[in-house]
Amino acid sequence: MSVNLTVDQKKIQAQAGQTILQAARENYIDIPTLCFHKDLSPTGNCRICMVEVAGQRLLQAACVTPITEGMQVETRSPRVVQSRKLNLELMLANHPQDCLTCDVSGECELQDLAYDYKVNVPAWGAKGTRYLPDSDPNPFIRVDMNRCILCRRCVLACAEIQGRDVWGVAQRGFEEQIVAGAGTTLLEARCESCGQCVAYCPTGALSNKLNYGLARAHQVRKVMTTCAYCGVGCQFDLLVKGNRVIGVSSNPGAPVNGMALCVKGRYGYDYIHHPDRVLTPQVRRYLLEGRQKSRTGSEWDWVKVDWQVALQLTAGKLASTRSSFGADSIGVLTSAKCTNEENYLMNKFARQVIGTNNIDHCARL
Amino acid sequence: MAGLTTSFGSGAMSNSMDDIADFARAILVIGSNTTEQHPVFGTMLRRAVRRRGVQLVVADPRRIDLVDFAVLHLQQKPGTDIALVNGLMNIVLEKGWEDRTFIAGRTEGFEDFRETVQRYPPDKVAEITGVPVEQLYRAAEILALQKPMAVIWAMGITQHIVGVHNVMNLANLQMLLGNMGLPGGGVNPLRGQNNVQGACDMGGLPNVYPAYQVVTNPESRRKFETAWGVPLPDKVGLTATEMIPGVLQDKIHALYILGEDPATSDPDSGHVRKCLDGVDFLVLQEIFPSETSQFADVLLPGVTFAEKEGTFTNTERRVQLVRKAIEPLGQAHPDWQIITDLANLMLAAGERQPVDGTHAGWQYQTPANILSEICALTPSYAGISYARLEKGERLQWPVPNSDHPGTPILHINKFARGVGKFAPLEDIPPAEIPDDDYPMLLSTGRVLYHWHGGSMTRRSAGLSAIYNQALVEVNPEDANRLGLKNQDRLRVTSRRGAIEAEAWITDRVPLGVVYANFHFPDSSANELTIAALDPIAKIPEYKVCAVRVELVQSPES
Repeated sequence: MSVNLTVDQKKIQAQAGQTILQAARENYIDIPTLCFHKDLSPTGNCRICMVEVAGQRLLQAACVTPITEGMQVETRSPRVVQSRKLNLELMLANHPQDCLTCDVSGECELQDLAYDYKVNVPAWGAKGTRYLPDSDPNPFIRVDMNRCILCRRCVLACAEIQGRDVWGVAQRGFEEQIVAGAGTTLLEARCESCGQCVAYCPTGALSNKLNYGLARAHQVRKVMTTCAYCGVGCQFDLLVKGNRVIGVSSNPGAPVNGMALCVKGRYGYDYIHHPDRVLTPQVRRYLLEGRQKSRTGSEWDWVKVDWQVALQLTAGKLASTRSSFGADSIGVLTSAKCTNEENYLMNKFARQVIGTNNIDHCARL
Repeated sequence: MAGLTTSFGSGAMSNSMDDIADFARAILVIGSNTTEQHPVFGTMLRRAVRRRGVQLVVADPRRIDLVDFAVLHLQQKPGTDIALVNGLMNIVLEKGWEDRTFIAGRTEGFEDFRETVQRYPPDKVAEITGVPVEQLYRAAEILALQKPMAVIWAMGITQHIVGVHNVMNLANLQMLLGNMGLPGGGVNPLRGQNNVQGACDMGGLPNVYPAYQVVTNPESRRKFETAWGVPLPDKVGLTATEMIPGVLQDKIHALYILGEDPATSDPDSGHVRKCLDGVDFLVLQEIFPSETSQFADVLLPGVTFAEKEGTFTNTERRVQLVRKAIEPLGQAHPDWQIITDLANLMLAAGERQPVDGTHAGWQYQTPANILSEICALTPSYAGISYARLEKGERLQWPVPNSDHPGTPILHINKFARGVGKFAPLEDIPPAEIPDDDYPMLLSTGRVLYHWHGGSMTRRSAGLSAIYNQALVEVNPEDANRLGLKNQDRLRVTSRRGAIEAEAWITDRVPLGVVYANFHFPDSSANELTIAALDPIAKIPEYKVCAVRVELVQSPES
C-alpha cells in the first residue's frame, strides 16, 4: 500500500510502514544521519536526523518515525538546521580536538557533518581527555572512548551482525559510556575480534591497531578482492599504500558477506609482507653443481639462483624421471589456496605435459 | 563429494548460504564447527536464529559455540553418525513424517533403505550414540516438521573411514523429508579452503578432468586428447594420501607440489616425513619455507592472493574475482606464470609433443586467457567471463552459456542422475577405538584464530598474540582423574607418535575425549592421527584415534 506525503514541498509516494528517512532517501532527498546504519536497527538516539513534521510540536527523528498519509515534512527548515547544529556542538564539546592526528580523519562521519553544518568546537567544551586512549589490550581493535559519540552502532553491530553481545552501555547522563562486557577487556567479554564494531563506528573511537598511523583514507588505494582463508568467499577491500597491503576494510557491496568479516579475513593479512617470504628461486647445491643427490653438509644448502636456472633444472629432473620410471612415477599436488586458472593449469600440466593422472590436492585433509 | 555423486549424480553444496539463512525453518548442523571454521556463515546462522527464530539442532560430540544458539544439542559419541541419522530416520518412519510424494516421484531404492533403517530403533541408537531416546524423538520432530530444513556439515562428517557413507546418509535424510531442490533446504557440505571447490572443479583430482568429466570414460578422454593434442592415460591416478606413501613403495620418484604442506596437514606426520625424505626429486612452489620445504630440492617463489589475478569458487559454487592489489614481491612470480613457464620448457625439451590440439599451447598472457580455455572445456563454467564477473553478476555453476544466470539451487525438479538413490547404510565403528593401552579418544580440527598448517596465521602478529600455542581440550572429570589443571603441560601419545602441549580444561569436550589442532608443528595433532582411509574417498580418519594422556608438569613446579 502506498502513502502520499510531502517532503520539502515535494510530493512523494512511499510504501506504508516505511520511516520518513527511508521514504526520503528513496526519493533522493538526503537527511543526514549519524547513529543510523541501514544494516542495524534504528534507535533514534543521536538526534541528527531530526525533521519538522506539520502538526507535531517537537521535531521528530526521521529514522524511527513512520510515514502517514498526507504527512508534511521539512528536512532543512531553519528550526531543523538549528537543532542539528546544536546537537553537533554538544557532541564536539565532548570530543577531543585531535582531527589533525586522528587516524580516521577523512572518513569520519562526525567530521563530515561538522563541515557540512559549519559547526566549530565550542569554547565552553570539555577540556582534556576523560578516558585512557588505546584503553584495551585487544591486538586488533584500538579503543579510544574519548572519541565516542555514544551512537551505539558498535553495540548493535556486535549483537545484530556478529551475534556476540560484547559491547554494552553503562552509566547515565554525562557519565554514560560504552563498555565491553561488565567493564572488562574485549577478550574477557568473549570478543571474537571480528572487527564488525570498528567497521560500523562512525568516528575514531574504534579503529584498527595493525594499521594505526600508517595511512589515512585519501592516502590508500582500495582494491576489492576475495578472501583467501575459508570457503565462504567473503569479499573486502585491500588497503594499499605504495606496494604494500596495509589493511583490510569492509566493502558494503560484498555479495556474500556485506560488511561482515571474521578475525582472519579482516586482520590476518600481515603474512603477505612477512620477512620469511620466499622471494628468490633456490635450489640445493648438489643439484646446481650436477652431483648425486646428497642431504649432508653444504651439498644440501640452498643456493639462490635466477628463474631460468631453477626452471631448467626442474624441467630437466622431471623429464629424466619420466624417462627412467614412466609418467606415473611423478605426482602433482595442486592447491586449494590457488586460483581456478592455476588449478586448471596444474591439471593440464600433469595430464598433457607429464602424461599422468597423479594429481590431487588437500580436499580430503 | 563421492557420497553426493552416488546419491544425486553431483557432489556439491546444493543450496546457497543466503537462502539457508533466509528461508530454512530448521537447520541441522552436524560435524561443522561453523562459527570457528566458516565464521561469517556462522554469524549468518546466529542471525537466522535470532531474527527469524529458526530451530537449530547441533549434532556434535563437542559443545561447540554454536550450541549456545541451538534448541537442542545431540552429543553423539565420535564415529557414530550413521547410527544417529538412522535413528532419526527410524523415528520419522515410525511417526509417518516422511514425504511420500517426494519419495515416490523423485527417488529409488526406498524399500531396501527402509528395511535397514528399521533395524535402528531409538533404544538401540541411544546405546550406540550415547544420545538419550527423548532427545532423538525431539530432534526428529523438529527436523521433520519444520520445513524446509537444511542440513549443514563439514569435516566432522567426512573425516572418518565411513565419511562417504555419512554423507550418503544425510542425502537419505533430505530425500526422506523432501527437502531437496527448494530454498532453505538441501545438502550443504561446507568446503574448507577458499578454493577447494574450484580446485575440484578444475580437475585437480586423480579421477576427473575439469567439471568432473571422468578420465576412464573414453568419450571424455577423447575430448581432452583433441583439446590438448596428446594421448592421455586411461587409468585413475593416485590420491594425495596414496601418492606420499607411494614414495616408499617405489611408485613415486618425483613430486611437484604447489602451495601445499603435506608434512603438516597429512595424517601420521612421522611417516609422511619419511616418505618426503625418500623421494628422488621434490619441487615446491610456495610463499613460505614450510615444513615440507626441508625436503624440497627446488623452491620456486609463488605469490599471495594480493599479488595476482584470477578467480576463486566458494563453497556455494559461486565464482568470484581475485584482483591484484600489489606487484609480486621480490623476484616472486604469479603461480600461473610459473606453471606456464615450466610447461613450455618441458614441451620444448621434446619427449611429449602435442599435435594439432585445439587448446594445446601455453601462450597465456593473462589469467583471462586461461579462463577462456577453461570455459571452452568445462561445461559448467562455459558462460563465465571476467566481463560478467566485473559487472557483479552472481554466477554459481552450472552456468552453461553466456546468457545463463547461474544456478543458486541444485536439483530443482530433477537430480543430476535422474532420480535420487536411497542407500541402506550400517553403523561401522572407527578404525581405532580406545583400549587399555590407549584409553582415550582423540578428535582433531582447527581453531578460529589459525588456518590449517598455520604457515600464514602463525606469521600474523595479532592472531599469534591471541592464540600462540597449541591447546589440548580435556574434560574436567578426565582432568581430575589425570591430575591435570589448566595450563599444565600434558603429553598425548598414540601408536604413531607423541606431542606435548598445554591443557585447556573445558566441558567443550565430553568425557573420555580430547581435542587437539595441527596449527603448530611442535605439537601438531597429526603426529598422532591415523592414516586409516575411507575406502572410497581416501579421506583419513582425522576425527577418531586412540590416545593416552598424561601430565608432564604444572607451571608452578
